[in-house]
Amino acid sequence: MYDNSFYNGSSEWQLTEISRPLSGRFEMDEIKLRKIWHRGTKLLQLTAVLVLGLLICLPVLLLFFGSLADSIEWTERMRPLLGNTEGYISWKWIPDYPTLENFRELLFLTPEFLALFWNSMKLSACILAGQLLVGVPSAWCFAVYDFKGKNILFSVYVILMLLPFQVTMLARYLVLNGMGLLDTHAAVILPAVFSTFPVFLVYRGFRGIPRELYEVARIDGAGEWMIFRRIGLPLAEGSVMAAFVLGFFEVWNLMEEPLAFLKDMSLWPLSLYLPEIGADRAGRACAASVLTLAVSLQIFGVFRDSLEQGIVSSALKG
Amino acid sequence: MEKLRWAEKREQKKNRKPAISGRNRKQRQAAACFLLPGLAGVSIFVLIPFGNVFVSSFRTSLTRQFVGISNYLSIFRNTAFRLAAGNTVRFIALGVPLLLVISLLLALMINASPKWDKYKYLYLLPMAIPAATMVLVWRILFARQGFLNRLLETHVDFLGEGSAFYIVLGSYLWKNLGYTLVLWLAGLKAVPGDMLDAARVDGAGKLVSFLRVTLPNLKGSMYTILVVSLLNSFKIFREVYLVGGAYPQEGIYMLQHIFNNWYTNLDFDKMAAGAVMSAVVLGGISLILQRLWDRED
Repeated sequence: MYDNSFYNGSSEWQLTEISRPLSGRFEMDEIKLRKIWHRGTKLLQLTAVLVLGLLICLPVLLLFFGSLADSIEWTERMRPLLGNTEGYISWKWIPDYPTLENFRELLFLTPEFLALFWNSMKLSACILAGQLLVGVPSAWCFAVYDFKGKNILFSVYVILMLLPFQVTMLARYLVLNGMGLLDTHAAVILPAVFSTFPVFLVYRGFRGIPRELYEVARIDGAGEWMIFRRIGLPLAEGSVMAAFVLGFFEVWNLMEEPLAFLKDMSLWPLSLYLPEIGADRAGRACAASVLTLAVSLQIFGVFRDSLEQGIVSSALKG
Repeated sequence: MEKLRWAEKREQKKNRKPAISGRNRKQRQAAACFLLPGLAGVSIFVLIPFGNVFVSSFRTSLTRQFVGISNYLSIFRNTAFRLAAGNTVRFIALGVPLLLVISLLLALMINASPKWDKYKYLYLLPMAIPAATMVLVWRILFARQGFLNRLLETHVDFLGEGSAFYIVLGSYLWKNLGYTLVLWLAGLKAVPGDMLDAARVDGAGKLVSFLRVTLPNLKGSMYTILVVSLLNSFKIFREVYLVGGAYPQEGIYMLQHIFNNWYTNLDFDKMAAGAVMSAVVLGGISLILQRLWDRED
């Protein structure tokens, strides 16, 4: 950076004077370059995040715009698929004759759609209420109290949570059959109430609360129930909400359980109505999907913040 | 010396008695009140019946005769079972790591600029889409006359070929990216900023500080993310079943298919043995995970 000829022992001051502007200019170029490089990569990252995100939302848009086209237009579009001929499905984002006919037909002219919708509502309400009543206290017990075999029992809960439905199907069928619950809503509700996923999720939320808080409360003479209600629940509200919202998504899309345990189609939830609409009535299928999705989005919109907060607290503590 | 240290450790273990452990009866009673209703339900609906299945996996379902491990041997000899198990393992081994890495990369990008935080909602949208709806989208996209063929100017039935596996893999990623992304973002927010600053002052580059500071701090969240991703990898069966029915293209013939088919064929012997096997494998995996995470904490 500096030339030796400037250096004459006594004049250190001179040295710095000269080297400063030199290195300054050099650094400025470097900083500028770095800034450009930095901005470039940022821009690239932003595009990646946005493009991928939009790509991911594409199917939703497809459904939404598809629900606005009437059946004649859909038949026209899907003709190659239905007739199994050569040629391709055609697509227009904005239909030639945009209409709300599909929604009108579903909501007012298809009584079974509404019946299944209310089935879904009933199942969701019962299962979620039950999960909150049963699962949250269980999670609290695992998080706060110590007892013999706790770790083993919790491991069992985690394994039960991971087991796919099909693996436990036979066992469940035998129980439900024995209790005479097959072909009733209870056959779907009762096992789902005792699902261990909410326990796992809320447990992590409760574990995030510092133990000293309970100790202090106990010294102040609070009962165990009081501690749960006044300290546990308010502080882990986020994870309880997260369990609620995720549970709702799960129940709203319920499929295997009702298929296996409900033969009577009038008991089915909405999620089983959708596959019944074939590709020939794609417009109506799109509309039904949009309506189903709308309920999920509504729930998501209302609980968005607490869902996130809950996921956050469930992710942090081990 | 060695012995002394050992004794000390044992002493510590004794003293480490959990702060609240049964200090009085009231607490034990409260614990029971909180846990027992749930435990009773879990026992009635899953645990006890599963125990029953365990016992019957060593008997024939017709005569209830004890047959040892012959049910297990028969499922191992079953080519359909081996195919399904192989596909499931392949799917999880590819899908879960891919999901974790892609979502972590996205989370790092979003975390670098707080203003982009809102874009994560784009990724969360698929979570709310009903499985049945996905089937319609798949048809439109991947059928012989669908969009992808139009783009490539071919007429391939993508869902009936080897590509079906990758379509299923893609939908798994598509559906779960948002959830995993939010989990990673949560973990990243909890990485202490002063630790990162200290690393930077010490001259650590971006990569080094990621590997040495960020990643170790993400370990806690990674456990949840792994477990949830594994759990969700089984749920993609819904879409596969709706598209392909009971006997789909053989690359996407999963364990759930074979269980379903055993169920419809009343093949209860194989079902019991298969259920016990799956529970043992999953139990092993979750125990390994717990060990890995407990050891270094």
